Amino acid sequence: MAGRFVSIWFRYLKTDCFTIRNPLQKDKLLVFVLPDHGRMVISTANALANEKGIVQGMVLADARAVYPSIEVINDNPSSAEKLLKKLAQWCIRYSPSVAVDLPDGIILDAKGCAHLWGGEEEYLKDIVSKLKERGYQVRVGMADTIGAAWALARYGLESPIAAPAQQQTMLLPLPAIALRLEEDAVEKLNKLGLRRVKDFMHIPSNTLRRRFGKQFIKKINQALGYEIEMIIPEIPVVTYQERLPCLEPISTATGIEIALKKLIENICSRLIKEEKGLRKAKFKAFRIDNKIEEIEIGTNRPSSNTKHLFKLFENKLTEIEPALGIELFILEAPVVEDISILQENLWLTSPGLNDVAIPELLDRISGKLCNSVIRRFVPDEHYWPERSCKAVVSLDEKPASEWPTHKPRPIQLLSPPELIEVTAPIPDYPPMLFRHKSVLHKIVKADGPERIEQEWWLQDGQHRDYYYVENETGHRFWLFRLGHYNEEKNYQWFLHGYFA
Amino acid sequence: MPADKAHIISKLQKEILPLQGIRHAQKNIPLNMALGEMKYAFPEDHFPLGAVHEFICDSTGDHACTTAFISVIVSHLMNKNNIAIWIGQRRTLFPPALKFYNIDPDRIIFIDLKKDKEILWAIEESLKCNSIATVIGEIPEINFTASRRLQLAVEESKVTGFIIRKNPRNLNTTACVTRWKISSLPGLIAGDMPGVGFPCWNVNLQKVRNGKPGVWQIAWAWGRFRYLTSTPEQSIPLQKKTG
Repeated sequence: MAGRFVSIWFRYLKTDCFTIRNPLQKDKLLVFVLPDHGRMVISTANALANEKGIVQGMVLADARAVYPSIEVINDNPSSAEKLLKKLAQWCIRYSPSVAVDLPDGIILDAKGCAHLWGGEEEYLKDIVSKLKERGYQVRVGMADTIGAAWALARYGLESPIAAPAQQQTMLLPLPAIALRLEEDAVEKLNKLGLRRVKDFMHIPSNTLRRRFGKQFIKKINQALGYEIEMIIPEIPVVTYQERLPCLEPISTATGIEIALKKLIENICSRLIKEEKGLRKAKFKAFRIDNKIEEIEIGTNRPSSNTKHLFKLFENKLTEIEPALGIELFILEAPVVEDISILQENLWLTSPGLNDVAIPELLDRISGKLCNSVIRRFVPDEHYWPERSCKAVVSLDEKPASEWPTHKPRPIQLLSPPELIEVTAPIPDYPPMLFRHKSVLHKIVKADGPERIEQEWWLQDGQHRDYYYVENETGHRFWLFRLGHYNEEKNYQWFLHGYFA
Repeated sequence: MPADKAHIISKLQKEILPLQGIRHAQKNIPLNMALGEMKYAFPEDHFPLGAVHEFICDSTGDHACTTAFISVIVSHLMNKNNIAIWIGQRRTLFPPALKFYNIDPDRIIFIDLKKDKEILWAIEESLKCNSIATVIGEIPEINFTASRRLQLAVEESKVTGFIIRKNPRNLNTTACVTRWKISSLPGLIAGDMPGVGFPCWNVNLQKVRNGKPGVWQIAWAWGRFRYLTSTPEQSIPLQKKTG
């Protein structure tokens, strides 16, 4: 299966970018310099400077001697990547899969894209002219392989397009360096008089491998399409995506709702066919002033229920600011999961947590109230009260152990425990009275103590001695003493909870 | 014809019940059994389901008793594998303790929210969902309009709702079917036995639509309610142990 790739070469990437920002410098000689062994060496020069013979690798002092009016800017080696990333994101309009090709290019996976522009030639023309409008001078190449497209963009002689499966004939007249070979290998080839691709293309590969190494053969094979080469897209391609371009810019709430409904219907019908449900969805609105409005929803269970999904989005639709109008709507489902199909019930029983209505209800709540905390608790095998249950978010998690009931536990637990003042006989009798929030409680009945040791493998600290006590009015409390009675009296009493 | 008149009045009363949000079709026999003689206070001798009940508590201790009393009722509503939703602001409930009242704490979904408005919205939305057994909401202030909305929601979905109002600023009229006040009583213990004993509560049913409000003293012992009589020995039989 052959691919189709476009390579864009930004010949004067940095200088172009600079002139876009400073239009007054347009007609000046412009160079970027980097320090190298105590000299300033030119790293890039603009088109005008190139014409005058100022090229990359020249020492700045030499260039200045000839053209004193030269404009010099300190180069930042990492800025090229930043720039290319921005450009790659802009290029997403030409193809969903765009990759940065350092140091000065961008690769588009253009398979199935060109016909939307009316053919490959128009496609490339559009790319070049749009980039030129922005101020970038580019060369492009299009071929079945990344290597060939790269070569055509940089060294192409006549047409920038290699017709399908014709990359070999297009490559033949190009210089050896067009195959993205290492500098040493190119030098060696030149010494041998093999200056063009056609000079060494027909030499058997094992002979070439012996002289030039494995990497050399790999590059040739990649350019010719015998070996697959992958690109890493700048924006990961979302498989579940629906687009809705509009003829006229849309700026009304009803219009947006209709668009959203249509997109949800499309994506859901596809999901249902593939027995999947979405967990996350993004609704993007591309405004005509080049801004993107975006809202996002999440679900607790994979869902392909149109009504439910629309309801989740509905709460957030007001966040979309249409301004002058929206020209394109995109609905993406970045997270998709398989739906486990439940057997339909003949009788409506109580399916508990498996019921779809419950996750839908929780979706609505968490969608509308963003600061809500929704959780369940399952037992955790710890004696320490704060750790005896753990919060889980998923609705599917089952308790791994039984809920313990062999020791009394209060129905209301204070977190953290509150400090109290206590009068208690020693050694281990329950307290007689305690003061909590300046209210004095006289203890009438008591149970305990129940000692709970600190789990040393989790946390350091003293043990707790718990008492279950009741005051005169019948209120029941859970008190504890932290630590032993000792000389220094550094033990403390706490109120930890209320029993029913 | 006085007999005839009584007949007509009772017939009219039955017609009024659905208008007041009480549905007699829904009956939960185990719950009525568990409630014991308290059930005679309710219309038609049945605890009203598919309605919203309001509980008032003035202190943290009474709050604990109220939570426990509701838990006992909820345990009968969420038998098999139904689930319940517990909505509150600063929830202090300790989930493992629910197991003492026959509830699997893992079948309760806890939703913690910040604002009263959000809590009310979440309670209403949950009450509209008929796949859940019951909704317990902890909110101190609820006005008549809000309670009316909740009542309308349950009339549609037949879910039972419980509203716990801790330290309410004013006791306004609400559209809830009942208003309860549960407070703690000294624990019950037989003879000179040491320890705290069984928890006892004073259950005050202050308002009930079409029923007779009342006050009962009950103990929670051996997983069921026991009505307190004047002599503690009668109310609490000692557990017989062999060996």
